[in-house]
Amino acid sequence: MKAVLFGATRGMGRSIARILAQRGERIHLLGIGPEDLERSARDLEVLGAPSPVEWTEIDLLDASGFAPALDAADQALGGFDTVVMTAALFGRQEDLEDDTERAARLLTANFTNTVLFCEEVRRRLLARGGGRLCVFSSVAGDRGRKPVILYGATKGGLSRYLEGLDHKFHAQGLRVLCVKPGFVKTGMTAGLRPPPFAGEPDDVARRVVRALDRGKALIYVPPPWRYMMLIIRHLPRFVMRRIGF
Amino acid sequence: MVQEISGWGRVIRVAAEERVSEDLALITRDAVLTRGLGRSYGDASLPPASGLVVANSRLANRLLAFDASTGELTVEAGVSLHDINRVFLPRGWASPVSPGTQFVTVGGMVAADVHGKNHHREGSFGRHVRWLRLRLASGQIAECTPDEEAGLFWATVGGMGLTGHILEVRFAMERIPSPWIWQEVRQIASLETMLTQLREEGVRWPFTVAWVDLLARGSLFGRSVLICGRWADVSEARHPFRPVTRRRRVPVDVPEFVLNPALMRLYNAGHHRTCRGSRGVVHPETFFYPLDTLADWNRMYGKRGFIQYQCVIPASQPVSKVLEFFDLVRSLPLPVYLCVFKDFGAPGDGLISFPAPGFTVAMDLPNRPPHTQVAVDRLNEFVLSVGGRVYLAKDAHTRPEHFRAMEPRLAAFNEARRRWDPEGRLRSALSVRLMGDRP
Repeated sequence: MKAVLFGATRGMGRSIARILAQRGERIHLLGIGPEDLERSARDLEVLGAPSPVEWTEIDLLDASGFAPALDAADQALGGFDTVVMTAALFGRQEDLEDDTERAARLLTANFTNTVLFCEEVRRRLLARGGGRLCVFSSVAGDRGRKPVILYGATKGGLSRYLEGLDHKFHAQGLRVLCVKPGFVKTGMTAGLRPPPFAGEPDDVARRVVRALDRGKALIYVPPPWRYMMLIIRHLPRFVMRRIGF
Repeated sequence: MVQEISGWGRVIRVAAEERVSEDLALITRDAVLTRGLGRSYGDASLPPASGLVVANSRLANRLLAFDASTGELTVEAGVSLHDINRVFLPRGWASPVSPGTQFVTVGGMVAADVHGKNHHREGSFGRHVRWLRLRLASGQIAECTPDEEAGLFWATVGGMGLTGHILEVRFAMERIPSPWIWQEVRQIASLETMLTQLREEGVRWPFTVAWVDLLARGSLFGRSVLICGRWADVSEARHPFRPVTRRRRVPVDVPEFVLNPALMRLYNAGHHRTCRGSRGVVHPETFFYPLDTLADWNRMYGKRGFIQYQCVIPASQPVSKVLEFFDLVRSLPLPVYLCVFKDFGAPGDGLISFPAPGFTVAMDLPNRPPHTQVAVDRLNEFVLSVGGRVYLAKDAHTRPEHFRAMEPRLAAFNEARRRWDPEGRLRSALSVRLMGDRP
């Protein structure tokens, strides 16, 4: 595997990168913060990724940088076959409602630019006969819910896009994996109270890597969230209006 | 977000704002203390009970460099020993010191200057630390080694996180012939024999420890199991080596009547019987961390939690004094469910490190106020009378007057702290209780 990881300096992305490194996979990092990227690169090398692990700076809010960054990664790895996209912005609904600018940033980053990044990846992978694209969506996109209206909307749109990609390009060798994490105890959710079935990043990462290996198209992590969301998706509107979930 | 946090014994609980992030340097800026995986038993990892900010290092878990020629490993302070074992045991490297659980962070191992089954040979963890990077109370980042800024270095080793936030650590790993352990186990009928054999076997074996049954009645009281081990040779090693991945969980707080002396007496008798002399190759995780196979085993003790009492009885004391200690334990108002015994080698080099030459005893007791305090007081009075001391990473009930009498080194430690933290910003519930810090 020659993997490009966008957003792997932190959270679940970091856990996935570390698992791949321990398997000895070749890795190229994309993300922000040169010092952080450098430290993660060294970490992955110590863990077993072939040296040197290189990185390219890329900002999710600046779509013009996507193509050059992917070209750089492609060159460094000698043609990548796997891309894992975990980068995203998060904001609590209360904070986003009164801050149009912040809301606009989140909507752009999590939907428009994430899709544009995937489009760049898709073109490159299809040109070489296929490959794997793993993107982190969220259970927040499964139903319009009070605490995550804006964030959930971006993830709902993203899930639909990934579904479509899978339908159209599966036959051409593109394996699209849409990951829908429930609550996972990462730095992103550090200020929130963990609900039941909250997951650990390392455990989630193991399941994601397994799904990636098996060429699955959709995975809920931790697994109980699949059934929780099944129920939530079928709750009638008058219930959704009343509950705070 | 303010939430209740506690040590592993779950006896002392504090409402605190705990910040957790991959960026440890950021979250330590306005924290009074950094904690890791929360495996200290009492209040060492808790902020004073006034809603202060405590940083959590567990997401700062990157390995920054490994030099295979020297064995020196540089890590972020939140890396767990579990992670290190996963990566390095199969490659023929081990941590020079392993405490009784691998779910501890390296930062915590430095702060508590932890010891293991090889203490009689290798000393405590601090001896193997080569370099530290800290965030001081002033906000500055400082680096120290045993040679440069040695004062800060040795105040931090064993300093319970009170001299600065530990951000990064470099320490020397040990080269091992295989990841497996050759173990020999034998039953011992009496405490006296256990004491002499523990010392004798320490000459031959790098790892030794004794499990002692303090629930058995009559002449069986104090029957022991002596466990000795060494890294297995390549020829003895089993293949393939796989880390333990299945861990059973304790899903709820077990009701208190379940874990009772009668049941534990039965368990101990069974355990003693199964250890009737065996030898062979065992997995390092079962050898070093037998309790880790049951995640959250602390919930077995029920809602009120438990205490672990650990002290050292100096080598200068005659064996009769050690036996006197066990007589005292027998008369306590609380049952001792688990007791582990070990001989210490050289003292820890940290300014206030726990280990000292002699015997150390660690005992698990259920928390039953007001008996808990009574039991700890009586044990401490004995320890004080023999010139011993208690392990701060376990402590929750020691009185400040007892602690001051046990610790002639406290003044020097507090002086070192004032030098790096004149305003007394860094503090924990433990330092407020025992060292006279403001709450």
